[in-house]
Amino acid sequence: MAVLNAKDLTLQYDQRRVVEGLTAEIPEGKVTMIVGANACGKSTLLRGLSRLLKPAGGTVTLDGKDIHSRPAKELARILGLLPQHPTAPDGILVRDLVGRGRYPHQGFFRSWSAGDDLAVHRALEATETLELAERNVDELSGGQRQRVWIAMALAQETDVLLLDEPTTYLDLAHQVEVLDLITDLNRRRGTTVAIVLHDLNLAARYADHIIAMKGGRIVAEGTSADVVTEDLVRDVFGLDSRVLPDPISGTPLIVPLGRHYAEFPKSETATLELVP
Amino acid sequence: MSKADLANVRRELGENAPAECELADPAGPVRANVGPPRSGLMGRTALLAFAVIVLFAVSILLGSYTVTVPDFVRILTAHLTGGERIPGASFIVMETKLPRAVIGTMIGIAFGLSGALFQTMLRNPLASPDVIGISYGASAAAVTAIVVFGASGAAVSGAALCGAMAVAVLIYTISRSGSPGSGGGNHANAAGSRLILAGIGIAAALNAVVNFLMTRADIRTAAEALIWLNGSLNSASWDRAGVLALALLVLVPAAAVLAGPLRILELGDDAAAGLGIRVGITRLGVVAVAVALAAVATAAAGPVAFVAFLAGPIARRFTGKASLPAGAFVGALIVLAADYFAANIAPLLLDGTVLPVGVVTGALGAPFLLWLLVTANRKDA
Repeated sequence: MAVLNAKDLTLQYDQRRVVEGLTAEIPEGKVTMIVGANACGKSTLLRGLSRLLKPAGGTVTLDGKDIHSRPAKELARILGLLPQHPTAPDGILVRDLVGRGRYPHQGFFRSWSAGDDLAVHRALEATETLELAERNVDELSGGQRQRVWIAMALAQETDVLLLDEPTTYLDLAHQVEVLDLITDLNRRRGTTVAIVLHDLNLAARYADHIIAMKGGRIVAEGTSADVVTEDLVRDVFGLDSRVLPDPISGTPLIVPLGRHYAEFPKSETATLELVP
Repeated sequence: MSKADLANVRRELGENAPAECELADPAGPVRANVGPPRSGLMGRTALLAFAVIVLFAVSILLGSYTVTVPDFVRILTAHLTGGERIPGASFIVMETKLPRAVIGTMIGIAFGLSGALFQTMLRNPLASPDVIGISYGASAAAVTAIVVFGASGAAVSGAALCGAMAVAVLIYTISRSGSPGSGGGNHANAAGSRLILAGIGIAAALNAVVNFLMTRADIRTAAEALIWLNGSLNSASWDRAGVLALALLVLVPAAAVLAGPLRILELGDDAAAGLGIRVGITRLGVVAVAVALAAVATAAAGPVAFVAFLAGPIARRFTGKASLPAGAFVGALIVLAADYFAANIAPLLLDGTVLPVGVVTGALGAPFLLWLLVTANRKDA
């Protein structure tokens, strides 16, 4: 298993500093959710953790070794990444796309092997896309396509998997499906997972560990019960809300207040009746 | 895949391979053997290769001077073993038709491969060396050499090579400069668009340079420059073929090595980096090989218009997916067919005028671009 650590990490695009002096650990064998408002640097942090972005300061280490000092392919056998907008080449079949996840396991002289077949088969099976294997990726629905991309990341068979907003553009049912799938992966294979997620309620439910960010820094981290409070939601998202226990999972459930729906006093709620 | 194979896979999968494994898809049996799909693509690529061989033979044996196969074999063996030559026929075949077909095939392969590399890497059918100004770099340098320095032959080819390389470096530098912007995954497309726009701008400027030089040149020099500009196999020779073959001997294997990483780069820069590709270096390598291919082909026969631009998309339509070998073969097919038409069929239609091959490919390019626009699916647009 592998531990991913960021130490005193500073990330920037040209001169614009996005993440500054950040220290964090992605705990081994757990599902970590990185949350925060738009432009808080959470996707940038993920890019930094996955060596897409070279740090302007500080280090990212995997099992104590700087990820930028390792050969790219060797790292890709341990640390996988599913970016926000991957591109499916025109006319590619599902099994071919998933097969490309095997690239880091193939050498210059060692091409496709039985082990690769098996890994792809397992990835298709885990994502329930086996029956889509011969289909063209272009013809799939958004939910199916996302499962296929996750299958590609699974075929890579890494100990650590980073996902950048894997539920974007999916309807609620498919969002839950994708997060269930990732949880399965974590529970069955013990894969360490870090996800940047917009939806705070889903993040609170599915996270073993939450990292809340604001302005390129970590504001709070820990279990969702410890981290997700009304104060934190106000601080990080600038939103007034009520945090209730989720009736299904017992995790924090954020109910936003907004301007148009004032809160009923508790007594009134109980006796509320519909007025014709 | 048979039931027995499937059972094997299930055994390997161990304990809980679910029963669904065996369920057949309504559209056909589920194939647990999920290696990269090859059969259809390989078959069609082989078909293209076969077509190249046929067209190669046609351009040697048929045309305004026809040779029978036994005669050709006799001429070739005589040439190689230093045996008795057939007066006239030996010269026409060995010094004209054969080098012409050999160079035509090689520049077709080079242009086709170059276009396919650019188009695949930038995910844009417009990104071919003849559209983004690399051919114009070669043209401007060659015309400068002809008009200003009175150069001819190898010197013109050398100038063209340098011009293409210089423009490629310029375009690459311009497209890399400036802020790439923040977050998101669209860096690749943005960089690609910048490269194409920079190339088109430079192409326009270089076109002006060429036109300016042409107005300054005396009529004979201008005519010579114009023939070169149109792209022509008329001055094909074994010397030229040798240099070109040597270049391809290096560049084609280099393209083959890059084909693997390029397949991954197609998934987008971020996904490729996640799969262990060093995106910057891979992209630089692809650009360098693609530019070198276009440059050596242009140096050998002039900027044969639109071959690089046409080859990739035609190959893609034919084989169903982007494929470098298919692009190379289609490039060779276009040049051989266009040259046969220009040298043998056009004179019949145009009272004996032998057209430069580039006029024919250029005439094909415009309608093809329109066809591409009309029939392209959303992704290409």
